[in-house]
Amino acid sequence: MSGLAIDKISMRFDLPDRSSVRALQDVSLDLKAGELMSVLGPSGCGKTTLLNIIAGFLAPTKGEIRLKGEKVTGPSAERGMVFQQGALFEWMNVRDNVSFGPKMKGIKSSETKEKVDHLLDIVGLQDFKEKAIYELSGGMQQRVALARCLANDPDVILMDEPLGALDALTREKMQSLVLKLWKETGKTIILITHSVEEALLLGERLIVMAPRPGRIHKEYSLPFADLGIEADLREIKKYADYAVKREEILEMIWNMEEDIMGRTEVEG
Amino acid sequence: MGVIASLFEELLTILKTFLTAIPYLAAYIGFILVTLLIWQRVKRSFAPKRDFASLKTITFGDESAVKSNFAASVISIIAVFVSWGAFTGSSTIPSFLHMPEAFVGKTNFTYTAQSVAGIRDDASVYVIVHGAGVNVILPEVDDGQGFAKNDVMAVKAYRTKLLKWDVNDEETREIGAKIVAINGQPIAFGTDVDLGDIKVALTQKGTLNIKPDKGIQMEPIWLPAPEDVWGRLKEISTEGFKNYTLLEHLGFSLFRVVIGFIFGALVGIPLGYAMGLSDWFRGWFDPVVEFMRPVPPLALIPLVIIWAGIGEVGKTILLFLAALWIMAIAARAGVSGVRISKVHAAYSLGASKWQVMRHVILPNSLPEIFTGARVAMGVCWGTVVAAELVAAEKGAGMMIMVASKFQQTDIVILGIILIGIIGFGIDMLMRWAERVLVPWKGRG
Ligand SMILES: Nc1ncnc2c1ncn2[C@@H]1O[C@H](COP(=O)(O)OP(=O)(O)OP(=O)(O)O)[C@@H](O)[C@H]1O
Ligand SMILES: [Mg+2]
Repeated sequence: MSGLAIDKISMRFDLPDRSSVRALQDVSLDLKAGELMSVLGPSGCGKTTLLNIIAGFLAPTKGEIRLKGEKVTGPSAERGMVFQQGALFEWMNVRDNVSFGPKMKGIKSSETKEKVDHLLDIVGLQDFKEKAIYELSGGMQQRVALARCLANDPDVILMDEPLGALDALTREKMQSLVLKLWKETGKTIILITHSVEEALLLGERLIVMAPRPGRIHKEYSLPFADLGIEADLREIKKYADYAVKREEILEMIWNMEEDIMGRTEVEG
Repeated sequence: MGVIASLFEELLTILKTFLTAIPYLAAYIGFILVTLLIWQRVKRSFAPKRDFASLKTITFGDESAVKSNFAASVISIIAVFVSWGAFTGSSTIPSFLHMPEAFVGKTNFTYTAQSVAGIRDDASVYVIVHGAGVNVILPEVDDGQGFAKNDVMAVKAYRTKLLKWDVNDEETREIGAKIVAINGQPIAFGTDVDLGDIKVALTQKGTLNIKPDKGIQMEPIWLPAPEDVWGRLKEISTEGFKNYTLLEHLGFSLFRVVIGFIFGALVGIPLGYAMGLSDWFRGWFDPVVEFMRPVPPLALIPLVIIWAGIGEVGKTILLFLAALWIMAIAARAGVSGVRISKVHAAYSLGASKWQVMRHVILPNSLPEIFTGARVAMGVCWGTVVAAELVAAEKGAGMMIMVASKFQQTDIVILGIILIGIIGFGIDMLMRWAERVLVPWKGRG
């Protein structure tokens, strides 16, 4: 009961032209506390929609989400979100961004200072605490977003392509950081990504979704995330079974994308 | 048809005026290009420094390479003042820069009159051309010989004057005498005789029209010299103008703007927020705001005068209305422009509705509000001057309006310059406030 239950979620968007899109259909998943699950799938298969439902920004047309046995009805501090970009508050400096969550709970900044400092140390921003957001690089901004989420101590962390806008090198460093933080904090994490490599490296569990209607197509249990805590991520990419899995999933998504091209199915 | 014909005629006049301006425009552009060439020469020989911009091979079309050239600005401003001085004969610039000035002084010519009988006689005319505000006492002249008698006359510079040469002559126009030559040159109706300092023309009635040379300088009543304007500034800043000191005139205008703007912002910003946050309020006020936005505040002046008179209340209402819609629209745009991911982030960090409002929507709308405030202040400043032109007891606009009625062009020009400087100052102040208070503007 301590985990996250996704129970037969269906989501249907009614469009202004009276047609509708089945963004999700009967999606069910159970996440144990402390699990790191990555989600892959072709564009438009409902990944963001699923995450928004879990976060409580959208109410599903059918089904329900339960966290620790309690039904989710709206956004709350126990489900933190890391967005792709542009979700930081640029009118606050780095420190104020990170301490935003505790401040909203009415905790004095003097009491959170130590924790915020510690988190900023972990994400490597000890020298940028008083800097303005717009003075940071894209990778630094994502680290602030991560620290901000962690400072609030949520049970579940939801990430929608958090590293999508970063260059390869920064991205790799951030991947290691995510693994490290996952290990240290033991949070439940759902990570949406477009990179098959990233999904394989970070997810101890990986689901591949299929579009129209959005549903879970295949699920994997993977060893690489655990290995990645100790080893260099680039070493892991050389493992034989990593390469096999990568090719298999790439093929799968490739076929789905092929399928989508050329036909646009919208139900009336 | 009549309308189109008159429009066409109007257009033709405009085009003609424009055509006469083209040589001056070309000369001005030529001058700019010459200074550019000189500047490039000077720069190359004095500072062959290689900054980043000079290493760029492509500068044409690269807008980031175009920055305002400070030297060009300085030269441009100096050029304005020098030409102002040159065309007004200012004592602040060396006299060789002066444009040919209007003739002032004494001159004389001779006319040859012819009687009905065909007898000719010469007489001299002494002409005194004097500046405005100078009292001339005409000297006595002897009549001379013959039936044509000598004359003396005074003419104001830039003006012309008719000479009834026959009032003291024995042979008058009434009995058939007429003028046939000036300084020996034959004259007829329609052709001027150019004597250098003055021109003499024969009118249809047979009198002489004396036209002193106008030069190409501006008459002070059109454009006073810079030092005259400066002198006026000193004068009315100590002695005042129409019962109020200069500082009071400007201060009152500024005060009205600030009060009107503050009220406009106090009402407009909450209105904009309400419109941005609630579809009911949006629907309720959209027609009002969208209707009032394109109505220029100047068009409201008559109505406001009818309703509230010409006192402070009327002016404040007008400026309030000028600022209100701009601020409401800015606040609405600021609220609607918030990225949904920021709001989502705040909620999932545990913020309540009120906290999202206070910590996300409000600060996120500030850049838009500042932009609106800058626009509103500019519009208010323009509106207050216009309103004071129409009716006021004090204020910058009233000052130039009254001065123009008394043809005190120097005060008019002074007022325009001060109004410009203050408007510019307001804008700079707003920009500075924006930089300090919303440094994240445009960098979200
Ligand atoms: N607010 C909405 N209104 C209507 N349709 C929507 C809305 N949001 C999403 N959809 C539709 O739902 C489907 C799933 O969208 P979603 O954004 O979840 O896809 P995704 O998997 O996140 O895609 P991507 O990988 O490109 O981000 C799409 O077909 C999209 O058009
Ligand atoms: Mg998405």
